[in-house]
Amino acid sequence: MRLRLAALAAPVLALSVLTQSGLTAGPALAAKDELVIGINQFPSNWHPSIEAMMAKSYILGMARRPLTAYDADWKLTCLLCTELPSVEKGTAAYETRPDGSKGVRATYTINPKAAWGDGRPVTTRDVLFTWEVGKHPQNGYSNTDLYSRDIVAIEVRDERTFTVHRDKPVCDYQSLNDFALLPEHIERPVFEADPAAYRTRSAYETNTTNPGLYAGPYRIASVESGSHVVLEPNPGWWGPPPPFRRVVVRAVENTAALEANLLAGQLDMIPGEAGLPLDQVLAFEKRNAARYAITYKPGLFFEHIDLNFDNPVLADLRVRKALLHAIDRETINKQLFGGRQPVAHNEINPLDRVHVPGYPTYGYDPAAAAKLLDEAGWNQMRGGIRHNARGERLTLEIMTTAGNRSRELVQQVLQSQWRQAGIEARIVNEPPRVLFGQTLRERRFKGMALFAWISAPENIPRTILHSGMIPTAENGWAGQNFPGYRNPAMDRVIEDLEHVCEPDANRALWAELQRIYAEDLPNLPLFFRAEGYILPPWLEGVVPTGHQDPSTLWIENWKAKQ
Amino acid sequence: MTRFLASRLLQALAVLALMSFAITLLMGLMPGDPVDLMLAGNPRATPEDAARLRALHGLDQPLLTRYANWLVAALGGDLGHSRLFSQPVMEVLLPRLGNTLLLLGLTLVLSVAIALPLGVYAARHPRSAADGAINLLCFAGISVPPFWLALLLILLFAVQLQWLPASGLGPVGEEGWLARLPHLVLPVLTLTLASVGGYTRYVRAAMLGELRQDYIRTARAKGLPERSVVWRHGLRNALIPIVTVVALEFGSLFSGALVIETMFAWPGMGKLIYDSIMGNDLNVALVALLLATLTTLAGNLAADVAYAALDPRITFRDGGS
Repeated sequence: MRLRLAALAAPVLALSVLTQSGLTAGPALAAKDELVIGINQFPSNWHPSIEAMMAKSYILGMARRPLTAYDADWKLTCLLCTELPSVEKGTAAYETRPDGSKGVRATYTINPKAAWGDGRPVTTRDVLFTWEVGKHPQNGYSNTDLYSRDIVAIEVRDERTFTVHRDKPVCDYQSLNDFALLPEHIERPVFEADPAAYRTRSAYETNTTNPGLYAGPYRIASVESGSHVVLEPNPGWWGPPPPFRRVVVRAVENTAALEANLLAGQLDMIPGEAGLPLDQVLAFEKRNAARYAITYKPGLFFEHIDLNFDNPVLADLRVRKALLHAIDRETINKQLFGGRQPVAHNEINPLDRVHVPGYPTYGYDPAAAAKLLDEAGWNQMRGGIRHNARGERLTLEIMTTAGNRSRELVQQVLQSQWRQAGIEARIVNEPPRVLFGQTLRERRFKGMALFAWISAPENIPRTILHSGMIPTAENGWAGQNFPGYRNPAMDRVIEDLEHVCEPDANRALWAELQRIYAEDLPNLPLFFRAEGYILPPWLEGVVPTGHQDPSTLWIENWKAKQ
Repeated sequence: MTRFLASRLLQALAVLALMSFAITLLMGLMPGDPVDLMLAGNPRATPEDAARLRALHGLDQPLLTRYANWLVAALGGDLGHSRLFSQPVMEVLLPRLGNTLLLLGLTLVLSVAIALPLGVYAARHPRSAADGAINLLCFAGISVPPFWLALLLILLFAVQLQWLPASGLGPVGEEGWLARLPHLVLPVLTLTLASVGGYTRYVRAAMLGELRQDYIRTARAKGLPERSVVWRHGLRNALIPIVTVVALEFGSLFSGALVIETMFAWPGMGKLIYDSIMGNDLNVALVALLLATLTTLAGNLAADVAYAALDPRITFRDGGS
């Protein structure tokens, strides 16, 4: 009997011993000089320009500083430079090159205090090296236009000042957001040894904790691949002192488990950039609003439905308008997203400086939808579905990314609302790798595809709305105008927007772009996706941006309440 | 014995060669190429970027050429680089392999250690209340989805009681086994609860069969103590089918447990294989799946050797068992 009791007691004792150290791994870690952040993805690599992913941008936001970035008010601002170049101040100018072509030059000065984590100053040598790597065809970057096409020359003025010459007289000459500076003193030997192997041999991949790679308030101090990253204050940081002795970023890919980790006290916060889906944050808020500060930020994720213009039904503008009139996006927003996800009436977000109201919009109006469908010849109702004179059913396929709970939910509501208008929508979902890797790219979708675009503020939508960007077999399926939308007027506006910079004329072009979009409906705008931030009540200063520049770029402004 | 092992080694090499080709072929048949996935969602990517990246990653070559190139390099010891992780394949694989071995190795040992006495007890008392209770628990373990069980355990032990950490490899900044142990408890418990039922059922069925054999009756008639009859004679013979099942499970030690690794943020092979297949990272998927194949083969070989140890009638003479 005594033996049996001992056998029973042994695992209980073992568990209690284990849990003692378990407790120290849990809530006790959340001391206020340390911040533990939970995200839903672990970065697969660390080079700032190879393979863009939000989890990486979020973590590197604490350790890097781009020359320029969009702030939380979606205004371009200098982070590593001292002042944005401007024509008015004489630090930028439109120019004509010796061969007669026109361009623009802009002069930047790197913050005189800026230094890498190993104490070496950030200089124009780093700028030139970054450009050299960026131009190299074997660098492994996913987009090199900025380096190899947009920038035609970089002129060094001194250790800290340089002038960038652009190939066209572009309006967004001030922005160097994607010019991710590399430390020349560390990366040059690796690059020169074998440029083709640079993407795998860069110190960002082989020596990630080297402080010399980082010029932000924090540096990456340790990495447990797939699990967590530890950031510690960067000794070379020149700005206000970073608020925490240590920042730990843990990756928990299952969002239910991520939420449980927060409730268990293993995490202090879950950011919107790479956290929980909106519906989960809303449900979390209902149960735990008293314990956390929860904020929402609608942003540049443009949830929409691409329509294949090769489908004769969808080529009819009346049907496209009817599809939009037949769905109640406001109610979907209220019911599914707690009113946090604003309805999109255009491709441009109203928070964007270039948004110009006044274009046509299509609210929920079943009567208008019915009238348009009647006019389009879909006027015979049989079995609740509209038919045309040839007896064809009004049936359309709608696809989205399988496994995306929020989109699948929206898709089902849309299907039901269209059904009420006599439109049959057949759901055919595919995993993201198939939908994006083949179906959309090769324009194999037969009807509609529900997904999102992420862009930057003031982004000219050339790749998605210009007729030259329709993927075809002849151009190797290049471009992202998946609907196959063509309108010479839209093409002209897009081309003009790239070089007509006089403020009034530029604004008129943006207004024209939004008007044409609203009148043509190359896709059906649904929502601007909102992101939910779950923060501890003691944390101040976190300002969500709603775009691709993460809130961590301003981490030096965060602080723990005393 | 030597001849037997040599013959199995040759078979293993042939299976690995065939598997490597089949995996490459299947990955090649999957829709979408890696560059499209890299550029998906980047509205600034140009056709030139796509062509440049395809050339850089060798994706402009026909599949068979890529396979031949990989095979030649692999035979020279170079298993290639991961496109997703920008690192040599083995540097990506090895840490995760260690994590998976620890997690699933502990689970396997614990499951077998629990299943053996439970299964034997149930077989010795068939149709008793205890047998019924063990059966019920076994079916519950088999039927409950592991992700749901994992969530329940997290909610109970991490959220409500706050006894154990909910996820992760270990406390940040602390090294060593003792520090990692609390983080192992919930994933190992989940996997053990999910797998112990199956093992117990196997042990029970095998033991029931053995306990009805004539040699058991003879042993009892000879006056051998019951403990010796059951554990030395009965279990030894019942172990043969159990060893087969455990050997088959052995392969999972290297292929990981995707759901549990995801739920407990435990970076292991299951998640890696899933990510590499979904991200079209052929080099990582290929080597990881070959490792899993190799382990399954090794597990089967070990089972064959164990059969001979358990049953003296089984020998390796004439190159076979």
